[in-house]
Amino acid sequence: MDFMMNFPFITIVLSLFSSVIAYALKGKQARFVSYSLLGICSLLHLGVLFYNLTGDGYFVYRMGHYDAPIGNEISAGLLEPFFALLFSLVMLFSLLGGAKRIFSDLEEGKYKLFYVMVNLVHAALAALAYTNDIFTGYVFIEICTIASCALLMARSHGKSLVAATRYMIFSLMGSGLVLIGIILLYSITGHLLFPQMYESVQSLWTSGEYRIPLTVAIGLLVSGLAIKSGLFPFHFWMPDTYGTATPAASAILSGVVSKGYIFFLLKLVFRVIGFEVFVSSGIQSVLFALGILGMIFGSVSAIRTNNINFMIAFSSAAQIGYIYMGLGLGTKEAVISLLFQILAHALTKPMLFLAASKLSDTASGAQDFASLHSSAHDHLFAGLGYSVGALSMVGIPIFVGFVPKLFFAMAAFGHGLQTYCVLIALAISTILNVVYFLRTLINIYSPPTRKVTRRHFVFQTDRLFCVMMVLMLVVNVALGLCSQPVVNLFDAGFDLFLFVR
Amino acid sequence: MKTDLFAHLKEWEEGNWTPDQGQAEASSLGPREEKEIKEPKKKIIRSLEKKELHISAVQYRVISVIVCLILSLVLIGTVNFLPGFADEDTPTTNEVYEHYIEEGRDQTGAVNTVAGMILDYRAFDTLGESFVLFTATVAVLLLLEYKKEGKKKREDGLDYRLDPIVYALAKFLIPIILVVGIYILFNGHLSPGGGFSGGAVLGGGFILYAMVFGEEKAVRVLSEKTVKIVSIASLSFYCLAKSYSFFTGNEFNGVHSVIGPGNPGDLLSGGLILPLNLAVGFVVCCTMYSFYMLFKRGRLD
Repeated sequence: MDFMMNFPFITIVLSLFSSVIAYALKGKQARFVSYSLLGICSLLHLGVLFYNLTGDGYFVYRMGHYDAPIGNEISAGLLEPFFALLFSLVMLFSLLGGAKRIFSDLEEGKYKLFYVMVNLVHAALAALAYTNDIFTGYVFIEICTIASCALLMARSHGKSLVAATRYMIFSLMGSGLVLIGIILLYSITGHLLFPQMYESVQSLWTSGEYRIPLTVAIGLLVSGLAIKSGLFPFHFWMPDTYGTATPAASAILSGVVSKGYIFFLLKLVFRVIGFEVFVSSGIQSVLFALGILGMIFGSVSAIRTNNINFMIAFSSAAQIGYIYMGLGLGTKEAVISLLFQILAHALTKPMLFLAASKLSDTASGAQDFASLHSSAHDHLFAGLGYSVGALSMVGIPIFVGFVPKLFFAMAAFGHGLQTYCVLIALAISTILNVVYFLRTLINIYSPPTRKVTRRHFVFQTDRLFCVMMVLMLVVNVALGLCSQPVVNLFDAGFDLFLFVR
Repeated sequence: MKTDLFAHLKEWEEGNWTPDQGQAEASSLGPREEKEIKEPKKKIIRSLEKKELHISAVQYRVISVIVCLILSLVLIGTVNFLPGFADEDTPTTNEVYEHYIEEGRDQTGAVNTVAGMILDYRAFDTLGESFVLFTATVAVLLLLEYKKEGKKKREDGLDYRLDPIVYALAKFLIPIILVVGIYILFNGHLSPGGGFSGGAVLGGGFILYAMVFGEEKAVRVLSEKTVKIVSIASLSFYCLAKSYSFFTGNEFNGVHSVIGPGNPGDLLSGGLILPLNLAVGFVVCCTMYSFYMLFKRGRLD
C-alpha cells in the first residue's frame, strides 16, 4: 500500500519521460503515447486519492535523499490528487473529442510535436498540483507557459500565430511577476519549501518586520497568476486565443491550464502566505472587486460579439471571475464553492469548445451566428453537447454548473455589504449568461433565415467525438445531481490544506 | 426609437447585428457577411476602423507607460525595504545555507557546492529546468520548421569564409572552445561551472563553426539525427537516474541507493552529479545549436 505514495512523483516523471519518447516516435505513435499516458496517470492519481481517503489523508514525499528545508519535496492531501485527476481526465476528453480536428488542422510534421507538448502540459499540471516547493512550482509554470503557447500556435494559420503571440506576452508578464514575487518572498523568509515559508511569513507578519516587501511579494504572486489565468481586466487575450486555435487546444487551455494556475495560487494563499495574512494584506478585496467586474464585463463582451468561439471565450472570463470572487470572499464555504466552480468549469468548457467546433464545421467553418442556423440539426451530438454545456454554464439545476452558483450565494450571507454585491452580481451575471447562451441555442436549432453554404461533402461520422460528448454529458449530470460526496471531499481536503503541513 | 430597439434585438438574436456593427469589429463578421457589405460601405468601415485603431493605439501607449512607471516605482521602492546585500543577519543566512556550505561536500561528494545543490539537493528543480529547454526547442521547431521543398535558401550576403581574420581566428579558436566546454562539463563538480555553463560554451563553439564554415558543413558534424539522439538520450537518462534516486530516497520503499558520494575531489566522485552534468550540458548545447539553426535555416538538417 505504501507504494502508492510513489505515484505522484511517478506521474510527473512519467509525463516528462513520455514527452521525450513521443519526440522520438512518429505522429500516430506519439498520439498513442499521449492517450496511454493520460489514462495511466488518471489511474495513478485515482490511486493516490484512494490511498489518502482510506489512510491518514496526507503525506509528504521526499524528492531525493534530504529532508525538508534542505531538499525538494512534493505533498498530497485530498485536493491535490483530485484536481490532478480532473486535469488529466479533462485533457484526455478534449484530445479524444478533438482528435479529428487536430489531425486536419495540423501539418504532418507538427502532429507529433503537438502531442509532445500535450505530455509536457500534463507534467506541468501534475507538478503544480503536487508541489510543496515554490521554486519547483515556478519551473513548471515555465514549462506550462511555453507548452501551452506551442499548443496554440501548432495550427499554422496567420491569426492563430498572432493570438499565440498575444497570449505569450500576457503569460510571460505573469510569469515575470510571479518570479519577482518568489524572489522577494525568498529574500525575506530564507526558504523555498511551503511549510518553512509559512512559518516565517507568520512570524514576519506578527512582528511587523519587512511588512512592505511581504505585501508587495503577495501582490506580485497573486497578480502574476491572475494574469495567467485570465482575470478581468487581463482577459483580452482569451477570445483570439481560444477562437483560432485547434479546438482541443482551446479546450485544454481554458479547461485545465488556467485552472492549474488557479490551483497553484490557492496553494500559495493557504499553504505559504496563510489566510489571515492574505486577508489583512488587503489584496483579497481587490480580487473580490475584480472577480465581480469580471463576472459582469466578461458576459457583456460575450453578448456584444457575434462569433461563437469568442462568445465561449468571453464566458470563460466571466466564469474565472466567479472563482476570484470566491477567493475574495474568503470563507471556508466560499472556497469550497470556488473549488466546485473550478470542477464545473473544467468539465463544461471543453465540451462547449469541442461542440462549437463541430457546429461551425457544418457551416464551412464559419463561426458567426447567422451562418450557424440549424447547424445542430446537421450534427445532433454537437448540438446536444452544446446545449448541455450552455445550460450548465447558465446554471440550470441538474447540471453541474448550478451547484457552485448556489454555493456562492449561500456562502455570501453574513458579510454585510459584500453579501449584496455577491448576490446582485450573481443575479446579473446569470441573466447575462442566459441572454447569450440562449441566443446561441435558439440560433443553432432554428431554421436558416437565408441561404447558407453548407459543406457539400457528407460528414464522416466522428464516433469518438459522439462518445466523448455523451460521456461528458453523463459526468456533468451525475455531478450536478449528486454533488454532496464531492463537497464532502472538498471540505475534508480544505481542512488538510489549511491545518496539516 | 422603441421599434428600432426591438428590430435590433430581433436581429441580434438571429446573429445579424451586433452593437459594434459598422465599427471596428469587422473581425467578428462571418465569411458570408463580409461579401454582402457593399464596397462604399466597406470603405467607410475601413476608415472608421483605422481611426479607432489609431485612437486605441494612442490609449494603449499612454496606459502602458503609466502602468510600467507605477510597477517600476513600486519595485524600486520595495528594494529599499529588503534586507541588505550580504549582511550577516539576513533571513537567507539560515540553517539551509549553513547546511549547504558545511555538509555539502561530504553529503553530495561535490567540491563545487553549487553543483551539489542543483544536481543533488534540489535535483527535481533542475530536472524541470532541463525540460524547460527541451520544451523551448520543440516549440521553436513547431513554429519555424519549414517543409523541405518549401522555402528557398536565404542568402544573407555574409560569407565569413572569405574574411581572413574571422576565418583564421575561428579555425584556431573553435577546437579550444570545444575543449574548454568539455572540460567545464567534466569538472563541473570540482570547480566552478557545470552542465549549464559547459553546455553553453559547447553550443557557442558549434554555432561559431556553423557561422564561419557554413551551415552545410555544420550539419555534417552535428546532423539533425545526432542532435535528436543526443537530446533524447540525455533527457531519458536524466529522468531515469533521478527516478532512481527519488525512489531510493524514501525509506518506505525499502531500497537503498548504491551510489555513494565517493571521495570528494576525485574526477570520478559525486555520485550522479558528473553524469547528470554531462546530460544537462548536452541538452543545453543541443538547444542552443538548434535555436541557431532553426532561426537561420528553418530546419535542422
